[in-house]
Amino acid sequence: MVEFFAERFNYAVVIILMMTGLYVVFSSSNLVKKLVGLSVFQTSVFLLYISVGKVAGGRPPIVEPPHHGEGEAVTGAAAATAEAGHGAETEALVGAEPSHGAEAAHGADAAHGLAPTAPAPAPAGFGGDIPAPDHMTPDGVLDAVYSNPLPHVLILTAIVVGVATLAVGLALVVRIRETYGGIEEDELHQGDLGAERA
Amino acid sequence: MTLDPLQILDVAFLAMLLVIAFAIVRLNNLFAVVMLTGVYSLVSAVWLLVLDAVDVSFTEAAVGAGVSTVLMLGAMLLTAREAKPVSASRRLGPLAVSIAAGAALFYALPDLPPYGAADTPANSYVGLEYLERTGTDTHIPNVVTAVLASYRGFDTFGETVVIFAAGLGVMLLLGLNGRKKKEDSK
Repeated sequence: MVEFFAERFNYAVVIILMMTGLYVVFSSSNLVKKLVGLSVFQTSVFLLYISVGKVAGGRPPIVEPPHHGEGEAVTGAAAATAEAGHGAETEALVGAEPSHGAEAAHGADAAHGLAPTAPAPAPAGFGGDIPAPDHMTPDGVLDAVYSNPLPHVLILTAIVVGVATLAVGLALVVRIRETYGGIEEDELHQGDLGAERA
Repeated sequence: MTLDPLQILDVAFLAMLLVIAFAIVRLNNLFAVVMLTGVYSLVSAVWLLVLDAVDVSFTEAAVGAGVSTVLMLGAMLLTAREAKPVSASRRLGPLAVSIAAGAALFYALPDLPPYGAADTPANSYVGLEYLERTGTDTHIPNVVTAVLASYRGFDTFGETVVIFAAGLGVMLLLGLNGRKKKEDSK
Protein backbone atom coordinates (compact mmCIF):
# COMPACT_ATOMS: atom_id res chain seq x y z
CA MET A 1 0.00 0.00 0.00
CA VAL A 2 2.79 2.39 0.95
CA GLU A 3 4.73 1.42 -2.13
CA PHE A 4 1.64 1.87 -4.25
CA PHE A 5 1.34 5.50 -3.16
CA ALA A 6 5.09 6.08 -3.26
CA GLU A 7 4.99 5.13 -6.94
CA ARG A 8 2.28 7.72 -7.57
CA PHE A 9 3.57 10.40 -5.21
CA ASN A 10 4.27 12.84 -8.06
CA TYR A 11 0.77 12.60 -9.45
CA ALA A 12 -0.76 13.12 -6.01
CA VAL A 13 1.25 16.30 -5.38
CA VAL A 14 0.49 17.58 -8.87
CA ILE A 15 -3.23 17.02 -8.27
CA ILE A 16 -2.99 19.10 -5.07
CA LEU A 17 -1.21 21.86 -7.03
CA MET A 18 -3.90 21.77 -9.71
CA MET A 19 -6.66 22.08 -7.14
CA THR A 20 -4.83 25.01 -5.51
CA GLY A 21 -4.88 26.80 -8.86
CA LEU A 22 -8.55 25.93 -9.33
CA TYR A 23 -9.35 27.26 -5.86
CA VAL A 24 -7.63 30.58 -6.65
CA VAL A 25 -9.63 30.86 -9.90
CA PHE A 26 -12.93 30.30 -8.09
CA SER A 27 -12.37 32.10 -4.82
CA SER A 28 -10.53 35.33 -5.62
CA SER A 29 -12.63 38.26 -6.72
CA ASN A 30 -9.67 40.10 -8.26
CA LEU A 31 -9.44 39.37 -11.99
CA VAL A 32 -5.62 39.49 -12.16
CA LYS A 33 -5.39 36.99 -9.31
CA LYS A 34 -7.93 34.80 -11.08
CA LEU A 35 -5.64 34.70 -14.12
CA VAL A 36 -2.68 33.92 -11.85
CA GLY A 37 -4.65 30.94 -10.52
CA LEU A 38 -5.39 29.83 -14.06
CA SER A 39 -1.69 30.04 -14.86
CA VAL A 40 -0.79 27.92 -11.81
CA PHE A 41 -3.43 25.36 -12.78
CA GLN A 42 -2.06 25.25 -16.32
CA THR A 43 1.56 24.79 -15.22
CA SER A 44 0.47 21.94 -12.94
CA VAL A 45 -1.24 20.19 -15.85
CA PHE A 46 2.06 20.44 -17.77
CA LEU A 47 3.83 18.81 -14.83
CA LEU A 48 1.31 15.95 -14.86
CA TYR A 49 1.87 15.24 -18.54
CA ILE A 50 5.65 15.33 -18.26
CA SER A 51 5.49 13.02 -15.22
CA VAL A 52 3.63 10.45 -17.31
CA GLY A 53 6.32 10.59 -20.01
CA LYS A 54 9.25 10.07 -17.64
CA VAL A 55 11.02 6.73 -17.89
CA ALA A 56 13.07 5.67 -14.87
CA GLY A 57 16.79 5.88 -15.56
CA GLY A 58 16.04 7.59 -18.85
CA ARG A 59 17.91 10.33 -20.65
CA PRO A 60 16.57 13.44 -22.39
CA PRO A 61 15.32 12.40 -25.84
CA ILE A 62 18.34 13.70 -27.69
CA VAL A 63 19.74 10.82 -29.67
CA GLU A 64 23.43 11.49 -30.05
CA PRO A 65 25.24 9.61 -32.77
CA PRO A 66 27.63 7.26 -30.91
CA HIS A 67 29.96 6.72 -33.87
CA HIS A 68 30.80 10.39 -34.22
CA GLY A 69 34.58 9.89 -34.29
CA GLU A 70 34.30 7.31 -37.02
CA GLY A 71 31.95 9.53 -38.97
CA GLU A 72 34.59 12.25 -39.14
CA ALA A 73 37.13 9.90 -40.66
CA VAL A 74 34.90 8.57 -43.40
CA THR A 75 35.84 9.79 -46.86
CA GLY A 76 33.30 11.23 -49.25
CA ALA A 77 32.84 8.08 -51.24
CA ALA A 78 32.37 5.98 -48.14
CA ALA A 79 29.85 8.49 -46.80
CA ALA A 80 27.91 8.22 -50.04
CA THR A 81 27.87 4.47 -49.64
CA ALA A 82 26.64 4.86 -46.11
CA GLU A 83 23.84 7.10 -47.35
CA ALA A 84 22.81 4.46 -49.86
CA GLY A 85 22.89 1.92 -47.08
CA HIS A 86 20.60 4.13 -45.02
CA GLY A 87 18.14 4.28 -47.85
CA ALA A 88 18.07 0.54 -48.31
CA GLU A 89 17.72 -0.02 -44.59
CA THR A 90 14.81 2.40 -44.33
CA GLU A 91 13.12 0.60 -47.17
CA ALA A 92 13.53 -2.67 -45.34
CA LEU A 93 12.02 -1.11 -42.20
CA VAL A 94 9.07 0.44 -43.96
CA GLY A 95 8.20 -2.91 -45.37
CA ALA A 96 9.44 -4.44 -48.56
CA GLU A 97 8.90 -7.66 -46.71
CA PRO A 98 7.98 -9.91 -49.64
CA SER A 99 11.17 -9.09 -51.52
CA HIS A 100 13.54 -9.16 -48.55
CA GLY A 101 12.02 -12.24 -47.06
CA ALA A 102 12.02 -13.42 -43.51
CA GLU A 103 15.26 -11.70 -42.46
CA ALA A 104 13.94 -8.20 -43.22
CA ALA A 105 10.71 -8.94 -41.40
CA HIS A 106 12.68 -10.09 -38.40
CA GLY A 107 14.76 -6.95 -38.54
CA ALA A 108 11.68 -4.78 -38.59
CA ASP A 109 10.34 -6.65 -35.60
CA ALA A 110 13.53 -6.10 -33.63
CA ALA A 111 13.52 -2.40 -34.43
CA HIS A 112 9.87 -1.99 -33.45
CA GLY A 113 10.07 -4.05 -30.27
CA LEU A 114 10.02 -2.42 -26.86
CA ALA A 115 12.91 -2.99 -24.44
CA PRO A 116 15.58 -0.56 -25.56
CA THR A 117 18.04 -2.28 -23.27
CA ALA A 118 17.33 -5.86 -24.25
CA PRO A 119 19.71 -6.83 -27.04
CA ALA A 120 18.16 -8.81 -29.85
CA PRO A 121 20.18 -11.24 -31.91
CA ALA A 122 21.53 -9.53 -34.99
CA PRO A 123 19.36 -10.49 -37.94
CA ALA A 124 20.98 -11.24 -41.25
CA GLY A 125 19.36 -8.19 -42.85
CA PHE A 126 21.43 -5.81 -40.74
CA GLY A 127 24.74 -7.59 -41.06
CA GLY A 128 27.94 -6.33 -42.64
CA ASP A 129 27.40 -4.15 -45.65
CA ILE A 130 24.21 -2.41 -44.49
CA PRO A 131 25.01 -0.19 -41.48
CA ALA A 132 22.46 0.37 -38.76
CA PRO A 133 21.32 3.98 -38.21
CA ASP A 134 23.63 6.04 -36.06
CA HIS A 135 21.62 6.01 -32.88
CA MET A 136 20.95 2.29 -32.95
CA THR A 137 23.20 -0.55 -32.03
CA PRO A 138 23.98 -2.92 -34.88
CA ASP A 139 21.14 -5.01 -33.50
CA GLY A 140 18.67 -2.36 -34.62
CA VAL A 141 17.50 -1.31 -31.15
CA LEU A 142 18.08 1.94 -29.29
CA ASP A 143 21.35 1.91 -27.34
CA ALA A 144 20.05 3.83 -24.31
CA VAL A 145 16.87 4.50 -22.38
CA TYR A 146 15.19 7.77 -23.33
CA SER A 147 12.18 9.48 -21.83
CA ASN A 148 9.12 9.74 -24.02
CA PRO A 149 9.48 12.78 -26.34
CA LEU A 150 5.81 12.98 -27.29
CA PRO A 151 4.47 14.66 -24.10
CA HIS A 152 7.36 17.12 -24.33
CA VAL A 153 6.27 18.18 -27.82
CA LEU A 154 2.62 18.55 -26.84
CA ILE A 155 3.43 20.56 -23.71
CA LEU A 156 5.87 22.76 -25.63
CA THR A 157 2.98 23.77 -27.87
CA ALA A 158 0.68 24.18 -24.87
CA ILE A 159 3.08 26.53 -23.03
CA VAL A 160 3.26 28.92 -25.96
CA VAL A 161 -0.48 28.85 -26.62
CA GLY A 162 -1.06 29.32 -22.88
CA VAL A 163 0.96 32.53 -22.89
CA ALA A 164 -1.00 33.78 -25.91
CA THR A 165 -4.34 33.20 -24.18
CA LEU A 166 -3.00 34.75 -20.96
CA ALA A 167 -2.07 37.87 -22.94
CA VAL A 168 -5.62 38.14 -24.33
CA GLY A 169 -7.08 37.63 -20.86
CA LEU A 170 -4.89 40.36 -19.37
CA ALA A 171 -5.78 42.74 -22.20
CA LEU A 172 -9.45 42.11 -21.42
CA VAL A 173 -8.79 42.88 -17.74
CA VAL A 174 -7.13 46.17 -18.70
CA ARG A 175 -10.14 47.10 -20.83
CA ILE A 176 -12.52 46.15 -17.99
CA ARG A 177 -10.53 48.42 -15.66
CA GLU A 178 -10.89 51.29 -18.15
CA THR A 179 -14.65 50.81 -18.47
CA TYR A 180 -15.67 49.90 -14.92
CA GLY A 181 -12.93 51.62 -12.93
CA GLY A 182 -12.02 48.46 -11.02
CA ILE A 183 -11.18 44.79 -11.39
CA GLU A 184 -12.89 43.39 -8.29
CA GLU A 185 -16.01 41.33 -8.97
CA ASP A 186 -18.27 43.32 -6.61
CA GLU A 187 -17.24 46.59 -8.30
CA LEU A 188 -18.16 45.05 -11.65
CA HIS A 189 -21.56 43.99 -10.30
CA GLN A 190 -22.19 47.47 -8.95
CA GLY A 191 -21.14 48.98 -12.27
CA ASP A 192 -23.61 46.70 -14.05
CA LEU A 193 -26.41 47.63 -11.61
CA GLY A 194 -25.65 51.33 -12.04
CA ALA A 195 -25.79 50.95 -15.82
CA GLU A 196 -29.16 49.20 -15.54
CA ARG A 197 -30.61 51.96 -13.34
CA ALA A 198 -29.34 54.74 -15.57
CA MET B 1 14.07 1.69 -0.64
CA THR B 2 17.20 3.26 -2.10
CA LEU B 3 17.61 7.01 -2.07
CA ASP B 4 18.23 8.19 -5.58
CA PRO B 5 19.56 11.78 -5.70
CA LEU B 6 17.08 12.54 -8.49
CA GLN B 7 14.30 11.28 -6.25
CA ILE B 8 15.40 13.66 -3.47
CA LEU B 9 15.46 16.58 -5.95
CA ASP B 10 12.04 15.54 -7.18
CA VAL B 11 10.53 15.64 -3.69
CA ALA B 12 12.34 18.89 -2.83
CA PHE B 13 11.04 20.72 -5.91
CA LEU B 14 7.51 19.43 -5.39
CA ALA B 15 7.61 20.69 -1.80
CA MET B 16 8.79 24.11 -3.01
CA LEU B 17 5.97 24.21 -5.57
CA LEU B 18 3.42 23.40 -2.86
CA VAL B 19 4.75 26.16 -0.59
CA ILE B 20 4.67 28.70 -3.43
CA ALA B 21 1.14 27.70 -4.47
CA PHE B 22 -0.17 28.10 -0.93
CA ALA B 23 1.59 31.46 -0.62
CA ILE B 24 -0.18 32.57 -3.82
CA VAL B 25 -3.50 31.61 -2.23
CA ARG B 26 -2.77 33.51 0.98
CA LEU B 27 -1.28 36.75 -0.38
CA ASN B 28 -3.34 39.71 -1.52
CA ASN B 29 -0.55 42.00 -2.71
CA LEU B 30 -0.75 41.58 -6.48
CA PHE B 31 2.93 42.38 -7.04
CA ALA B 32 3.93 39.56 -4.68
CA VAL B 33 1.42 37.20 -6.27
CA VAL B 34 2.69 37.91 -9.79
CA MET B 35 6.33 37.50 -8.78
CA LEU B 36 5.50 34.24 -7.00
CA THR B 37 3.88 33.00 -10.21
CA GLY B 38 7.19 33.65 -11.94
CA VAL B 39 8.99 31.75 -9.19
CA TYR B 40 6.47 28.91 -9.54
CA SER B 41 7.18 28.70 -13.28
CA LEU B 42 10.93 28.78 -12.71
CA VAL B 43 10.87 26.04 -10.05
CA SER B 44 8.66 23.91 -12.25
CA ALA B 45 11.13 24.49 -15.10
CA VAL B 46 13.92 23.08 -12.93
CA TRP B 47 11.69 20.18 -11.96
CA LEU B 48 11.06 19.49 -15.66
CA LEU B 49 14.83 19.28 -16.06
CA VAL B 50 14.88 16.48 -13.48
CA LEU B 51 12.19 14.74 -15.53
CA ASP B 52 14.39 14.77 -18.69
CA ALA B 53 12.19 17.34 -20.44
CA VAL B 54 14.99 19.75 -21.34
CA ASP B 55 13.18 21.49 -24.20
CA VAL B 56 10.05 22.02 -22.14
CA SER B 57 12.23 23.22 -19.28
CA PHE B 58 13.85 26.07 -21.13
CA THR B 59 10.63 27.02 -22.86
CA GLU B 60 8.91 27.19 -19.49
CA ALA B 61 11.79 29.24 -18.06
CA ALA B 62 11.78 31.69 -20.98
CA VAL B 63 8.10 31.89 -21.81
CA GLY B 64 6.36 30.80 -18.61
CA ALA B 65 8.63 32.52 -16.11
CA GLY B 66 9.77 35.37 -18.36
CA VAL B 67 7.13 36.53 -20.81
CA SER B 68 4.07 35.66 -18.66
CA THR B 69 5.51 37.45 -15.65
CA VAL B 70 6.25 40.56 -17.69
CA LEU B 71 2.73 40.50 -19.17
CA MET B 72 1.14 40.09 -15.75
CA LEU B 73 3.31 42.84 -14.26
CA GLY B 74 2.24 45.18 -17.06
CA ALA B 75 -1.42 44.35 -16.56
CA MET B 76 -1.04 44.81 -12.80
CA LEU B 77 0.52 48.26 -13.25
CA LEU B 78 -2.38 49.27 -15.52
CA THR B 79 -5.05 48.00 -13.13
CA ALA B 80 -4.51 47.58 -9.38
CA ARG B 81 -1.80 46.79 -6.83
CA GLU B 82 -3.88 45.16 -4.10
CA ALA B 83 -6.53 42.48 -4.26
CA LYS B 84 -9.42 42.70 -1.83
CA PRO B 85 -9.31 39.93 0.77
CA VAL B 86 -12.02 37.35 0.25
CA SER B 87 -14.56 36.93 3.04
CA ALA B 88 -14.73 33.56 4.77
CA SER B 89 -18.27 32.85 3.56
CA ARG B 90 -17.22 33.35 -0.04
CA ARG B 91 -14.41 30.83 0.37
CA LEU B 92 -16.63 27.88 1.24
CA GLY B 93 -18.12 27.24 -2.19
CA PRO B 94 -14.81 27.29 -4.10
CA LEU B 95 -13.21 25.15 -1.37
CA ALA B 96 -15.97 22.55 -1.71
CA VAL B 97 -15.66 22.50 -5.51
CA SER B 98 -11.86 22.17 -5.38
CA ILE B 99 -11.98 19.40 -2.80
CA ALA B 100 -14.64 17.54 -4.77
CA ALA B 101 -12.66 17.79 -8.02
CA GLY B 102 -9.48 16.79 -6.19
CA ALA B 103 -11.24 13.80 -4.64
CA ALA B 104 -12.42 12.69 -8.09
CA LEU B 105 -8.86 12.95 -9.40
CA PHE B 106 -7.50 11.01 -6.40
CA TYR B 107 -10.13 8.35 -7.08
CA ALA B 108 -8.65 8.04 -10.61
CA LEU B 109 -5.08 7.99 -9.28
CA PRO B 110 -4.73 4.17 -8.97
CA ASP B 111 -5.47 3.86 -12.69
CA LEU B 112 -2.36 5.86 -13.55
CA PRO B 113 0.76 3.79 -14.23
CA PRO B 114 3.59 3.84 -11.66
CA TYR B 115 5.90 6.82 -12.03
CA GLY B 116 8.82 6.06 -14.34
CA ALA B 117 7.48 2.81 -15.78
CA ALA B 118 8.72 2.19 -19.31
CA ASP B 119 6.07 -0.27 -20.48
CA THR B 120 3.01 1.96 -20.04
CA PRO B 121 0.69 2.55 -23.02
CA ALA B 122 1.74 6.21 -23.03
CA ASN B 123 5.42 5.33 -23.41
CA SER B 124 5.14 2.33 -25.71
CA TYR B 125 3.91 3.14 -29.16
CA VAL B 126 4.17 6.52 -30.83
CA GLY B 127 6.92 8.02 -28.67
CA LEU B 128 9.15 5.00 -29.15
CA GLU B 129 8.48 5.06 -32.87
CA TYR B 130 9.64 8.69 -33.03
CA LEU B 131 12.81 7.83 -31.09
CA GLU B 132 13.65 5.02 -33.48
CA ARG B 133 12.86 6.75 -36.74
CA THR B 134 14.03 10.32 -36.21
CA GLY B 135 17.66 9.51 -36.94
CA THR B 136 16.92 8.02 -40.34
CA ASP B 137 13.93 10.19 -41.27
CA THR B 138 15.11 13.66 -40.40
CA HIS B 139 18.77 13.40 -39.26
CA ILE B 140 17.97 15.72 -36.34
CA PRO B 141 19.51 14.50 -33.06
CA ASN B 142 16.93 16.20 -30.84
CA VAL B 143 13.77 14.15 -31.18
CA VAL B 144 11.56 16.87 -29.68
CA THR B 145 12.73 19.37 -32.29
CA ALA B 146 12.26 16.82 -35.04
CA VAL B 147 8.69 16.01 -34.00
CA LEU B 148 7.79 19.67 -33.44
CA ALA B 149 9.21 21.08 -36.65
CA SER B 150 9.13 18.14 -39.01
CA TYR B 151 6.61 15.41 -38.19
CA ARG B 152 4.09 17.80 -36.68
CA GLY B 153 5.09 20.87 -38.68
CA PHE B 154 1.52 21.75 -39.61
CA ASP B 155 0.52 21.60 -35.97
CA THR B 156 3.29 24.05 -35.11
CA PHE B 157 2.15 26.24 -37.99
CA GLY B 158 -1.34 26.22 -36.48
CA GLU B 159 0.21 27.23 -33.18
CA THR B 160 1.84 30.26 -34.75
CA VAL B 161 -1.54 31.16 -36.27
CA VAL B 162 -3.04 31.00 -32.76
CA ILE B 163 -0.31 33.29 -31.44
CA PHE B 164 -0.87 35.68 -34.33
CA ALA B 165 -4.60 35.74 -33.60
CA ALA B 166 -3.91 36.35 -29.91
CA GLY B 167 -1.53 39.20 -30.71
CA LEU B 168 -4.12 40.68 -33.05
CA GLY B 169 -6.75 40.37 -30.32
CA VAL B 170 -4.55 42.15 -27.78
CA MET B 171 -3.83 44.94 -30.24
CA LEU B 172 -7.51 45.39 -31.04
CA LEU B 173 -8.46 45.37 -27.36
CA LEU B 174 -5.84 47.88 -26.30
CA GLY B 175 -5.89 50.10 -29.39
CA LEU B 176 -3.41 50.00 -32.23
CA ASN B 177 -1.64 53.36 -32.06
CA GLY B 178 -1.79 54.81 -28.60
CA ARG B 179 -4.86 55.15 -26.44
CA LYS B 180 -7.78 57.15 -27.65
CA LYS B 181 -8.85 59.73 -25.10
CA LYS B 182 -11.78 58.46 -23.07
CA GLU B 183 -15.00 60.41 -23.46
CA ASP B 184 -15.63 60.58 -19.71
CA SER B 185 -12.23 62.10 -18.95
CA LYS B 186 -13.10 65.53 -20.31
